[in-house]
Amino acid sequence: MIPAQKDIGALLTGDLAARLPGAVRRLAHSRGECYLHVETARLVETARFLKEELPWQFAFLANLSPVDWLSRVPRFEVVYHLRSLVFNYRLGLKVDVPDESLSLPSLTGVWRAADWLEREAYDLFGIRFAGHPDLRRIMLPDDWEGHPYRRDYPLAGRAGE
Amino acid sequence: MGLIDGRFEKNLATDAVDTVLNLGRAYSLWPVAYGLACCAIEMIHTMTARWDLARFGAEVFRPSPRQADVMIVAGTVTHKMAPILRRLYDQMPEPKFVIAMGGCATAGGPFRTYSVVQGVDTIVPVDIYVEGCPPRPENLIRAFVLLQERVKRMTIAKVPRSPEPPVRIGAHGA
Amino acid sequence: MSVTDTQLMTINIGPQHPSTHGVLRLIVQLDAEKVVSCTPDIGYLHRAIGKIAEGLHYEQFLPYTDRLDYLASFINNLGWAMAAEKLYGIDPPRRAEYLRVLLSELARIESHLIWLGTHLLDLGAITPLFYCFREKELIRDLFEEICGARMTHAFCRIGGVRDDVTPAFLPKVREFAAAFPKAIREYEALITNNPIFRARTRGVGVISAATAIDYGLSGPSLRGSGVGWDLRKAEPYAAYGELDFDVPVGERGDVYDRYLVRMEEMRQSLRLVVQAAENLPAGPVLADAPQFLRPSKAEFHRNMQAMIRYFHITIHGACPPPGEVYAAVEGSKGEVGYYVVSDGGPKPVRVQLRGPSFVNLAALEEMARGQYLADLVAIIGSIDIVLGEVDR
Repeated sequence: MIPAQKDIGALLTGDLAARLPGAVRRLAHSRGECYLHVETARLVETARFLKEELPWQFAFLANLSPVDWLSRVPRFEVVYHLRSLVFNYRLGLKVDVPDESLSLPSLTGVWRAADWLEREAYDLFGIRFAGHPDLRRIMLPDDWEGHPYRRDYPLAGRAGE
Repeated sequence: MGLIDGRFEKNLATDAVDTVLNLGRAYSLWPVAYGLACCAIEMIHTMTARWDLARFGAEVFRPSPRQADVMIVAGTVTHKMAPILRRLYDQMPEPKFVIAMGGCATAGGPFRTYSVVQGVDTIVPVDIYVEGCPPRPENLIRAFVLLQERVKRMTIAKVPRSPEPPVRIGAHGA
Repeated sequence: MSVTDTQLMTINIGPQHPSTHGVLRLIVQLDAEKVVSCTPDIGYLHRAIGKIAEGLHYEQFLPYTDRLDYLASFINNLGWAMAAEKLYGIDPPRRAEYLRVLLSELARIESHLIWLGTHLLDLGAITPLFYCFREKELIRDLFEEICGARMTHAFCRIGGVRDDVTPAFLPKVREFAAAFPKAIREYEALITNNPIFRARTRGVGVISAATAIDYGLSGPSLRGSGVGWDLRKAEPYAAYGELDFDVPVGERGDVYDRYLVRMEEMRQSLRLVVQAAENLPAGPVLADAPQFLRPSKAEFHRNMQAMIRYFHITIHGACPPPGEVYAAVEGSKGEVGYYVVSDGGPKPVRVQLRGPSFVNLAALEEMARGQYLADLVAIIGSIDIVLGEVDR
């Protein structure tokens, strides 16, 4: 009996608490969808678990989005949206980006879709991804200074760029 | 026409040469295939069967700027794209013309951002501005016809002249 | 020096190039004619649309979404409207849901028609472009009938659609639906069994199902590899759950299979258009949610409270409660996603636009490695990218 989408939050947290204790900080909900807040240091193993283990098989990384909270500490978080095509589940993963390093472990080893998505996050937000095979700008010219999607970067740009 | 351009006062001979040259130029203006964004789709529509820009002389869109007369800048120009736009313009042989198609090419459109050039006229001289987002094919054809009339006013005679000011076609064809 | 000493040759394709479907630059390393590596250089159309969203009210941002996938604008509008509706907690009325299906599928057909025309143009067949655009004009006429614009309509609204359709619209849709199957048969007669087309596309640009999923491919690029994943079936939105349609799936994951998938999708889209047109329920086309949506002009002129409400929402914006949503729709190229974060203010804190073309393009190198340079052109066409969505 495959659990329904609405029940997976609790089941997942239980499964992860048993097999990867301490990896998940908490489970949150927004508009009926689950978001797992994951410890930054445990991100890669949690991601691999979610991708490979039954009955989850989140083999599809749909989206990767940094969020700049500006005045919050830590300032940035990255939100991943995963899909399990086999079981038709969707899940959000959230991880805080440490302010000192502004760096997260790369998930290119888990999902190849993370390659360009992480490059975009680096280009526009300045978040580094340790272990990424080719972390360089993707949208803006290579000699661009600054990370424009940060909320303290003016929309119309800075003079001299 | 370096050898004879601007050397003779306006006379019957220069008029005759003008008529022949301008007839040839005006009715065979070949655009560079330079679609950048959404306006490019309307440009393709203008080229296809219903509106058929080819009947005005734009028989083919040349991929190479060396073989083109007019550059229809259709779409948003970003700062990353700007040097390439300039290089393509420079590669076009004289006489060459530019039609800025759409809001983005005219003035940056709705994108007042760090990455968008606020008007292609900061990079290349523009002859005709066509407003719209995107402009209807009828407007682009009108721009083309106005450009043809402008070409027919060109002369090789030595006359005091300043470059003709650009023309703006509003979104409602005004 | 040995006769067989070869060097890799690096060539640059684009960003101004007839076959790149927009301002895409490829840096290709060739070993004679075979592609060793193919690195896309994108960003030539980066307009910071996601950042623009942070400065606008939810309703004000809607016309910008047209400019993402400008070949199928309505679908982009729909994704944004759904994201905002989820944040507000409102539901569009049933008539609007059916109209959304109708117009989304017309947009999908339009997008596939331009894909077909330009893809075949790249392969050297000029005629299909003109035939496809002939049909595309008919669809543009349909959109022009209801909203006056041929493309980038911004017709979808948060809470429904902008206006009810004109009386002439549905008869015109039926006319189009009667004429279009013949057009598809015409394209297939010209293309599907054409030996040149088959030679150029069979076995070219193959990507396996597992690799496709790992790359995050979606849409026909994924379904061509045999994965029957379609958001309209997996997470039915609008009225898709109530309508009958099939999702075509390929076998080999090559260019030819992706072609077959899209051709069949055009037929299925037409099926949906007809069903939506025939079963259009009566009723309003915009939700009644006075807290978030502006009252109608009629109310505005009649009722003082409505007038105050109208001005308030126009000037201050409609503020959704804090939270976040990820709304995804099945675009013509794949999963079009909007991740929107609200802090309770009138403008979003963050909008991440998930463009399927961006994610799909990352798989280009995988598909093109070891193939001939001429195959590269076929593969780019088969992924069906639109640069507005890649660069956003």
